[in-house]
Amino acid sequence: MRLRDLCFSYGDREVLRGVSLDVPRGKLVAIMGGSGSGKTTLMRLIGGQLQAQSGELTVCGRNLHGIGREELYTLRRRMSLLFQFGALFTDMSVFDNVAFLMREHTDLPESIIRDLVLMKLQAVGLRGTAAMMPKQLSGGMARRVALARAIALDPQLMMYDEPFTGLDPISLGVIGQLIRRLNDALGASSIVVTHDVQESLELVDYIYFLSEGKVVAQGTPEEIRASKDPWVHQFVWGESDGPVPFHYPAVPYEEALLGD
Amino acid sequence: MMLEGITAVFGGIGRGVVDAVWRLGFAARFLGMLLWLSGSCLRRFNLVMREIYFSGVLSLIIILVSGLFVGMVLGIQGYEILVRYGSESALGAMVALSLVRELGPVLAGLLFASRAGSAITAEIGLMKATEQLDAMDMMAVDPIARVVAPRFWGGVISMPLLAAMFSALGVLGGYIVGVVMIGTDPGSFWSQMQANVDFRQDIVNGVIKSAVFGLAVSWVAVFEGYDAEPTAEGVSRATTRTVVISSLAILGLDFILTSLMFRG
Amino acid sequence: MRRATIDIWVGIFVVAGLVALLFLSVRVGNLGASKLQNPYELSALFDNIGGLKVRAPVKSAGVVVGRVEAITLDSATYQAKVTFRMDDRFHFSRDTFATINTAGLLGEQYVGLEPGGDPDDLKPGETIKKTQSAIVLEKLISQFMFSSAEKGSSSNK
Repeated sequence: MRLRDLCFSYGDREVLRGVSLDVPRGKLVAIMGGSGSGKTTLMRLIGGQLQAQSGELTVCGRNLHGIGREELYTLRRRMSLLFQFGALFTDMSVFDNVAFLMREHTDLPESIIRDLVLMKLQAVGLRGTAAMMPKQLSGGMARRVALARAIALDPQLMMYDEPFTGLDPISLGVIGQLIRRLNDALGASSIVVTHDVQESLELVDYIYFLSEGKVVAQGTPEEIRASKDPWVHQFVWGESDGPVPFHYPAVPYEEALLGD
Repeated sequence: MMLEGITAVFGGIGRGVVDAVWRLGFAARFLGMLLWLSGSCLRRFNLVMREIYFSGVLSLIIILVSGLFVGMVLGIQGYEILVRYGSESALGAMVALSLVRELGPVLAGLLFASRAGSAITAEIGLMKATEQLDAMDMMAVDPIARVVAPRFWGGVISMPLLAAMFSALGVLGGYIVGVVMIGTDPGSFWSQMQANVDFRQDIVNGVIKSAVFGLAVSWVAVFEGYDAEPTAEGVSRATTRTVVISSLAILGLDFILTSLMFRG
Repeated sequence: MRRATIDIWVGIFVVAGLVALLFLSVRVGNLGASKLQNPYELSALFDNIGGLKVRAPVKSAGVVVGRVEAITLDSATYQAKVTFRMDDRFHFSRDTFATINTAGLLGEQYVGLEPGGDPDDLKPGETIKKTQSAIVLEKLISQFMFSSAEKGSSSNK
C-alpha cells in the first residue's frame, strides 16, 4: 500500500496536506500523532469511506481514486479495520459477531463456520465467551472479540484505529501482542494508528509521525528513540511544551485579560 | 432593531423550508436506494423474520388490548346514540364500519409508530452512533441492505396484520359490550354488520390504508434512524421526530386516502 | 432469543393476522353472505328507485336471493333500469312483481320480489314488467296534506 501527496479537507478545514507513506507487505507500521493530527481521517481514506481531493492512494495494487462502489466492496473484503471501541454488533452474540462476515460473504456450511469462529476466538483467547452478548464484555475483551471478527476472512491489510485507547496495562499488553502475532501469522500488512508511544515502539517495524496533516518524522523504532528531532523528542517523552505548543493559538494572554 | 428581528424570523422560516425540502429529497433518494438493495434481504428471509418479531410480535399486546377497549367504547357510545333513534340493531354495523374504515388502520398505525417506529429509529441511530454501521460498511456489507432493509420490510409486513387484528378485536369488544353486557340482539348485531360492511369497499380499502400507513411509518422510522446525528442527543431527537412525523403522515394520508376511496 | 423461538412467534403472529383478516371478510363483511351460486342476470324498470344503491339485497319472502348489480337511467323512457344478479337456485315466474321496500323506517332499501302464477320462469337477461316504485316519504306526506286540505274545504261548504 502506498500513499503519495495525499490531500484532504473537510470544507475549508485542511486535514491532510500532502501525506506520503508506504506500508510494505508483511510489515507492521505505526502512524502516530497528537489528537486531531488527521490520523483517523487517513484511515478512512484508506478504507475508502472518504475520497481524497488530490494525491495518489494505492491499496493492494488498486488506485482508490474514483473507484466504483462494487469495486470498492470487492477491495474491502481484503482489508479490515478495527474500530476504536470495537463497534461490535450489539444485537448479536459474540459468536454471531465473529461469524457475521463468513455468513455474509461466503456460502460455507454452518458446521465449518462454527469451527472457524471457534478457531478465531481461540486465537484471541476468548473462546469461552462465544455465547455472551457484547454488553457483557469488558472494554478489553470487546476489542479482542472485534479483533477476532476483523481477522475472520484473513485480510491482507489490517488497520487498527487507536487500539490501545482506554485500556488497562494488562489488556493493552495483550492487544499489542495479538496485533504483532496476527500480523506475522497472516502475513498481512498492518497499520496501527495510535498515540501510545512506548507500546508501539516495542511492537512495530516502522513509524510515521503525523502532525498538522503532514509527515514530520519517520523511521524504525531504534531510529526514533535515538532521534534528536525536537518534535519527536517531545512526543516520545511526553513533554508538555516544545515544538507542539501547550497553548492553542489565541490572542496574547495579557491582551485577553486586559482588553475589553 | 425591530426590522432585524423580523428579517431574522423570515430568514429562519426560509432556512427551515429549504432544509425540509432538502431532507425530503434525501429521504426519497434513500427510499429508492433501500428498494434497490432489498433483493438480498428478501432472499434471506430470516433477517426479515427477526424484524417482524421485533416490530410485529412485540407490538401485539398493545394493539390487541387497545383494539378491545376501543371496540368496547364504541359499543357503549354507539348504543347511547343509536338507542335514541330506536335503531340499536345497527350497533354492529356502526362499530364494524368505524373500525374497519378508520379507527383500525389509523389507531393501529399511531400505536405502531410510537411502539415499533421509535424503536427502529433508536436502534439504527444507536448503531450509527457506536460506529456499527461504519464497521459493517468497512466489511463490505452494505448497512442499508443488511440493517435498514430488513427493518423496513418487517414493518411493512407487520402493519396490515396488526391493523386487521386491531379491527377484529374491536368488533369483539363491541360485541361484548353491545350483546353480552347491554343485551341487544346478537342476530341483528351480526346480520346488520354483514349487510352494511362491504368486502371491497370497506375491508379491502381498510387493508390498503393500513399497508400505506405501514410503508409510511417504516420509511420515516428507518430514514430518521439512518439520518440521525450520531450522538445520544441526536438519536433521542430522531426518535421524537419519527413519532411526530409518522403520526402526522398517517393522519394526512388518511384524509387523502379517505377522500379518494369513499367519496361518491 | 433463539432463532427457532422467533420463527414460532412470527408464525403465530402471521397466522393470527390472517385469521383476523378472514374474520373481517367473512364474519364482519359480506364476502361470505354475498356468495351467489352461478349467478344470472335479471333487470327491471322502475319509475323511481328512491335511495336504492348498488349491492343492495334482492329478497323474496325475506330471503336474500340476489343483489343489485347496476343502476342506470333508460334514456328512452326516463325510467331507472336496475340490473340484478340472481342466485341460480332461485327462479321466478314471468309475472313476478318487483317492489322497492325499506327495512324499517330509516333502514336501507332493498328490492322485493313477489312471484305470480305464470307457469313459465323468467329467463336470464329478461326484464321484469310489473314493478312498483319506491315510496318517497315527501310525496306521501304532500299527498296526505293535499287530500286532507281538500276534505277540509269541502266540509266547510
